[in-house]
Amino acid sequence: MAARSRNFLARLSPNELVAAGKEALLPLIGILVFLGFWHLAAPQVQTSLGAFPGPAQVWEQAGQLWQEHANQRERASQFIAMQEQRNARILADNPDAEVRIRSYPGAPTFIDQIGTSLVTVLSGFALATLIAVPLGIVFGLNRYFQAAVNPLIQIFKPVSPLAWLPLVTMVVSATYVSDDPMFQKSFLTSMITVTLCSLWPTLINTSVGVAAVNPDLLNVSKVLKLSFWTHVRKVVLPSSVPMIFTGLRVSLGIAWMVLIAAEMLAQSPGLGKFVWDEFQNGSSQSLSRIMVAVLAIGFIGFLLDRVMLLIQKKVAWNE
Amino acid sequence: MSKTHLELTGVEMAFDTPKGPFVALDNVNLKIQKGEFVSLIGHSGCGKSTVLNIVAGLLQASKGGCVLNGHEVNSPGPERAVVFQNHALMPWLTVYENVELAVRQVFRKSMNRKERRDWITHNLELVNMAHAANKRPGEISGGMAQRVGIARALAMKPSVLLMDEPFGALDALTRAHLQDSLMEIQQELNNTVIMITHDVDEAVLLSDRIIMMTNGPAATVGEDLHIDLPRPRNRVALADDAKYVHYRQEVLSFLYEKQRKLESLSSRRAASASTQGGESAKVEKEKQPASA
Repeated sequence: MAARSRNFLARLSPNELVAAGKEALLPLIGILVFLGFWHLAAPQVQTSLGAFPGPAQVWEQAGQLWQEHANQRERASQFIAMQEQRNARILADNPDAEVRIRSYPGAPTFIDQIGTSLVTVLSGFALATLIAVPLGIVFGLNRYFQAAVNPLIQIFKPVSPLAWLPLVTMVVSATYVSDDPMFQKSFLTSMITVTLCSLWPTLINTSVGVAAVNPDLLNVSKVLKLSFWTHVRKVVLPSSVPMIFTGLRVSLGIAWMVLIAAEMLAQSPGLGKFVWDEFQNGSSQSLSRIMVAVLAIGFIGFLLDRVMLLIQKKVAWNE
Repeated sequence: MSKTHLELTGVEMAFDTPKGPFVALDNVNLKIQKGEFVSLIGHSGCGKSTVLNIVAGLLQASKGGCVLNGHEVNSPGPERAVVFQNHALMPWLTVYENVELAVRQVFRKSMNRKERRDWITHNLELVNMAHAANKRPGEISGGMAQRVGIARALAMKPSVLLMDEPFGALDALTRAHLQDSLMEIQQELNNTVIMITHDVDEAVLLSDRIIMMTNGPAATVGEDLHIDLPRPRNRVALADDAKYVHYRQEVLSFLYEKQRKLESLSSRRAASASTQGGESAKVEKEKQPASA
């Protein structure tokens, strides 16, 4: 691997090396300047919890959070091992005994919260996609339908997640009643809020893409007498895939932003709750830990967009 | 020439506009025999495309109608395959898949998988595009894409092949090359073809008959010229042929003397400057529905 990369570098001409260096160097300079500015400016900002954390403290807390996660994991595996031993002993004494298997009761760590947030945002986004793409196709195909529904879209699109949240909470509490719930109510509340806020860009882009299919291609479809479903599958859908993906990428960005706010307010597990808990906790490390969360949120948002871009390149014909 | 294959009777086409109905075509009558290659020629905006779209079934005539093989044409169908000016291939499908989409739709029941595959390949070979079967339309030139468009239309085994300025968007050399290919294919298959064109040489070279249309509004068939030149035709040899030159001269005289556009460039400028607008505004207005 190393040999190959050295080979690769050796094959580049000096000009190309300079260009590659510039490409890597400029973002690096940007990040370093930002870190320097942050380092100098942070101590100037005094809060009731002490000075605003600089990069060093934040880095330290990031390590700390990782350490806590590792410790928690170890304790969890010990707990499970002990439980299994105990159960084995009970079963050895009395084969008919009922053994209880409990999961580890420790608090979720930062890493666990990231996992929860990702699951929630992806579920909400998937639900939004399942609703928005078919609806967008219907709106795009039928001008009259579109005209009828357009005012509703325009009104609901700009609504903040915080406004939906109390309503969603109440409706979920009232309707999702089950003795053995498959999902936690807090998960459903956040997920549905994410869905409500993130389906609009996909809906609008899909309908615009569907309505903008090249008229020549529509005529081809007519001449071939394609059935409605074949027409949608073979002509309309592929033609609007680029627009649909543009909408999906915007939607996923919104979904991720909305999720953090929803989790903070709904107290549902996830990164938002982590931030809120640290804020309420108010220890001297809280601000650093929140800053770790802020950077993690930004980085994950960036990664999500990159993943969508990769999928788009795989799927869309014009890439 | 046996009995009539395709017949247009008293076709009138009126479009609704905010200023009331606009009559694009008035009393168009046309009889076409099986195996005839007919060109429609006329100035832009004279409703040539409208005639073609009515035959294709993409537009419904306001009055009169179109009968093909004794059946009235009411809706589009693959027995009246259309070659569009800008190839109209699905950009997300390969060349092969584009033809396959048509073949599978038309011969779903009558051909098995292998027969369909052979038929697709056969049609691509007919237009010399088999080598690019796995390329997307974006990866081949405009002339090649137009060949595939023709292959797709031929693959439907149409009763009549409709071509809407098929070579209009191509450069002169590519166009000549494709015209020669089309003549070879026509020699072999002897299809009934209606082709719209702006190009006098193209019309005379390819056609058995040239239908010259009067200027709109209320355009109709002006003259009907039979081209009695032996096939196969050679463009270089014909360039010096007295008969060919005569036919060419007749079409030119129809277009530029009898049906000269009323407004020349200077009068059009004057018309748009004056408040009345008159004739030129009407012609402009007709262009929209005609190209739809």
